[in-house]
Amino acid sequence: MKHSYLVVLKILVWIGCLCPLLLLAYRAVGNALGPDPSAEIASVTGLTALWLLASGLAITPVRSLSPRLNWLIRFRRLLGLFVFFYATLHMLTWLGLYAGFDLNTIKVDLTKRRFIIMGVTTWLLLLPLAATSTTWAIRKMGGKNWNRLHKLVYVAGLSAMVHYWWKVKPGVLSPAPFTLVLLLLLAVRPVLAWVQRRKVQAARRARAVIG
Amino acid sequence: MKKCVQKHTEVRPSRSFLPGAGMELLPSFLEYPQTVHIFPVTTRAPGVSNHYKRSIPHARSPMLIGKPPDIPSSEITQKDDYRDYLNRRRFLRGAAAVGAAALGAERLADVFSPRVRALAGTKLQTVPSPLTTTGEQLTTYQDVTTYNNFYEFGVNKDQPAKNAGGLPTRPWTVRIEGKVKTPKTFDIEALLKLRPLEDRIYRHRCVEAWSMVIPWVGYSLSEFIKQCDPLPSAKYLQFLSYYDHKVEKWSGEDAAIFWPYSEGLRMDEAMNPLTLLTFGLYGEVLPNQNGAPIRIVVPWKYGFKSAKSIVAVRFLDKMPPTTWNDSGPSEYGFYSNVNPNVDHPRWSQKTERRIGQPFYAQRRTTLMFNGYADQVASLYSGMDLKKDF
Repeated sequence: MKHSYLVVLKILVWIGCLCPLLLLAYRAVGNALGPDPSAEIASVTGLTALWLLASGLAITPVRSLSPRLNWLIRFRRLLGLFVFFYATLHMLTWLGLYAGFDLNTIKVDLTKRRFIIMGVTTWLLLLPLAATSTTWAIRKMGGKNWNRLHKLVYVAGLSAMVHYWWKVKPGVLSPAPFTLVLLLLLAVRPVLAWVQRRKVQAARRARAVIG
Repeated sequence: MKKCVQKHTEVRPSRSFLPGAGMELLPSFLEYPQTVHIFPVTTRAPGVSNHYKRSIPHARSPMLIGKPPDIPSSEITQKDDYRDYLNRRRFLRGAAAVGAAALGAERLADVFSPRVRALAGTKLQTVPSPLTTTGEQLTTYQDVTTYNNFYEFGVNKDQPAKNAGGLPTRPWTVRIEGKVKTPKTFDIEALLKLRPLEDRIYRHRCVEAWSMVIPWVGYSLSEFIKQCDPLPSAKYLQFLSYYDHKVEKWSGEDAAIFWPYSEGLRMDEAMNPLTLLTFGLYGEVLPNQNGAPIRIVVPWKYGFKSAKSIVAVRFLDKMPPTTWNDSGPSEYGFYSNVNPNVDHPRWSQKTERRIGQPFYAQRRTTLMFNGYADQVASLYSGMDLKKDF
């Protein structure tokens, strides 16, 4: 893909990722966040983080469809950082609008409420990934270590899913679509790895025959 | 009597929080009753005058009927849209009679039960009450009528407003049973005429930690109880809500609940003048999603104690089973008085989110007995409210 196309696409992805926040801000200014604005802010920031996470996880499987889609990898870091951005906003919603930045309330929430414990866990899992997102960090850590650390995103995806299920009332099925997509994206990885291994083995055998 | 639909203009608290907006005219708690209409729309006895105009000394001069409102359209709140919506629906009902086949199943239901929804929004003639709560900004009509917990019509807050249209609010009777001299049945029309309907603004605190301020219409439940001739052995009241799975087909979504919805009060709680037998809000007949045509409102208790769409009142000698207490005894007590010192197991009750406020101004401190301690604290003297929550 030509560099100029990539630049344009990057700008579009930036705008796309900022859209939920801008829309939220616009509605907040017009006081159009619905009857319970705090809940709406929590819901929009949380859902955006979830679906951006799913988009980021989709890049690897989609790339494997064709080598011509390799350029997609250039967007993964951007998406990942936006996941962290929205997850942070989501957590700030809890800390500010729900707990009122009151240390005691936060402490009680963290000891008593399991969906909050799971949410904070997810954020803590995302934190080192965001912190090591720079090219400098990748170079410093070495590709292998970096890759190993960034496998944490799978755990974060799963803990975010559990957080969502624990948050809604029993019997409410709203976390189902995300759950389905996430599990599919996770399940497809071992399959892809197996296909990849088969290809490498076949290539090796072919080389051996020729050799 | 022919029901006439009155065109009128109202000013209600505006939602906008931009500096200046929504604060133009009056303190917001004075804003809403500026209703101008010539003659009452309902079957109320003539002679009881509309107090709204009298009750607001600073109200702008009354507008003439027929003259277009001299307020900017931005100040006319959603309530007016809602009325237009109702008018549209009435028109549609006529249209549906002609082309029913072209319309959806929901419209068809309207054709076959044309009285459905016809009453919600009808003006009620009311008198002021010394028991009204002052100094609070009213929650908008829009929020009061679209953000509801009414699980028979769905578990999400916006569902009751969409699904409760089929609730058949006429004819409607309330059965009186149990420890009374003679069991009897009251017709809703008789109950509406039993006492003058009062405007009572109350804070409304949900167990889920959100709150509203609602201008209800009704009279003290005690007035009704006197008509029931309870025996001395009657120590508790049980309220049973309307239940028909065909009408309330969303009620199956939460399997943990057993219908019909049942709530209860101790006799002295029921006799407290604050406990309101409620027929309307914002000066009009209750919309179905708010518990039409008759409900109770117990302002010092969490919202679920205030049973909606009541079809039976039982006078009992012992504490009745109540719906939420049955499904989660550790989470919802029989008393369920608003109490910032007793947490719900899954969240704190120390603070609440005021509905309709901007996000940065929603959070506020929850008051003991929802701010009605002066009137009701004595009911619980000697009780450990941490144990009897």
